[in-house]
Amino acid sequence: MFPAQGAEQVKKCSPYLGLVFLVTVCFTLATCLQCRPGQWTARAQSDNFLNVLLGDGRRMFANHFFVKADIYFHSGYYPSIFEQAARQSIDTKHMTEEPHDEKDEKEEHEHEQTMNFLGAPKDWIDRFGRHFYPSSHSHLEKPGDAREILPWLRLSADMDPERIETYTVAAFWLRKRLGKVDEAEQFLREGLRANPTSSEILFELGQLYFENRHDPVRARNLWELGLRRWQAQAETSQKPDDGMYLKLIINLAHLEEEQGDLRKTLYYRELEVKVSPQPIAVQKEIDELKQKLATPIVH
Amino acid sequence: MNTILALSQVVIKELYRRKDFYVLFVLTAIITLLMASANLFHDDKIVRYLKEICLLLIWLSGLVIAIGTAARQIPAERENRTIFPLLAKPVSRAQVVVGKFLGCWFACGVALVMFYLFLGLISGSREHEWPVLSYLQALWLQWVFIAVVIALVLLGSVIFAAPSSNGTISFVVVLGIWGLGRYLHQVALQQAEPIRTLLSVIYFLIPHLEWYDVRDLVVHSKGLVPWGYCALASLYGAAYTAFFLVATWLCFRRKALNK
Repeated sequence: MFPAQGAEQVKKCSPYLGLVFLVTVCFTLATCLQCRPGQWTARAQSDNFLNVLLGDGRRMFANHFFVKADIYFHSGYYPSIFEQAARQSIDTKHMTEEPHDEKDEKEEHEHEQTMNFLGAPKDWIDRFGRHFYPSSHSHLEKPGDAREILPWLRLSADMDPERIETYTVAAFWLRKRLGKVDEAEQFLREGLRANPTSSEILFELGQLYFENRHDPVRARNLWELGLRRWQAQAETSQKPDDGMYLKLIINLAHLEEEQGDLRKTLYYRELEVKVSPQPIAVQKEIDELKQKLATPIVH
Repeated sequence: MNTILALSQVVIKELYRRKDFYVLFVLTAIITLLMASANLFHDDKIVRYLKEICLLLIWLSGLVIAIGTAARQIPAERENRTIFPLLAKPVSRAQVVVGKFLGCWFACGVALVMFYLFLGLISGSREHEWPVLSYLQALWLQWVFIAVVIALVLLGSVIFAAPSSNGTISFVVVLGIWGLGRYLHQVALQQAEPIRTLLSVIYFLIPHLEWYDVRDLVVHSKGLVPWGYCALASLYGAAYTAFFLVATWLCFRRKALNK
């Protein structure tokens, strides 16, 4: 009788013991895991939970959202994956071109050809179906419409803060079309924090100071820093964009000319002539500058 | 006709007693309002991304409600054995099929009106424009789309054994046609024979449900589809609906109900 009672007591206690055991396990796990989120944050270089969750997959989403912005830029007229497979992919460079810019005609023609992906209707179903979706090529022309591409660029930047093009494109639309200079600067600085060596963001920030804030001193500092960053990247053979180098020195030359510093202008023009696609015209400007510098100033 | 309308009223009552619509509507509203609350460069006039997300949710919800409602109509009547007193009224099997179809279609129509009202309010409060005709046309075309889907699912419900398998297969088929139907011929042209011919035949046979999806036109304010084309698309949808309903009746009229 006595041993049987003992066994019953043990049986009665077991659920409580199990509960205590589970609480102990929970507490131990909590103390072990407590330091982990900090490590995840450090690894992802961000406090964003999505970044931790998606890892490098977020770049794919960032690219998708950037393309979405381009789709909005074309008001929904955009090739599907099937149409893109049959033709060349769409270059998103045109997103930052002014509608009335003197563009390279060849480039314009190429873009028009790429965007003519629908071609002639293949059958009656195709012909009829074209009335139910945007089937003609156009870009956002109204100033207010430009704001519609911004949510996708914001999302793209959140997903991949290292995607530089997102910041420059968004800043271009914010300051040129919407007049939101403060927001553009804030977004560019956010991009610069994530990409401190980016000459593209420094160039865009310099543009903002030169064109919108009318502050040539800061613009000069930013472009010179951009030039140094570009040169540092070129020295470490990271193959930076040659077009960006040309843009930086052309803008610096223009700024110095406007500020009346002809020696510095000459210096930048001499850099320009080495990489310019039109060296003859640049050389002519250099010769004129040299003539001006050689002429003694009469008081 | 009265019998058919009485049958359809039962289906409509069933929809508002069930929680499917309420859950989907609240989910759509919460997601859209959450997206609307995001601060995007201090600009509260940005609206197209909201319209796009809201319309996508409306389309998905509409599809789920249509398939979910239609898939269980005839199997539920058989399972509960209520089909026997119903057919003893007397109601013909053709009337059952048409009544069930109309009930599901009207019920989805009511749900769509609620969804589009919400969309109109959200977008109107931001862009201060009320493109009522554009929303009405989008609603009508989506309703025609849903008619074809309901008829297809009703056919599935007399062919497949369980509502779950019917629902899943119908969902995959409809999503496939909706997403890929437009490109099937283009894909066919790049294939070798006999796949080329097979894909081309499928392309010309399937109902082109992608026509009824005018979300891009609404989102990007591209104006209305010409009304003539809208009417032709509606006729095309009505023809496919009639075809699926007749096929359902043909399968259902000789089907043993006591198994």
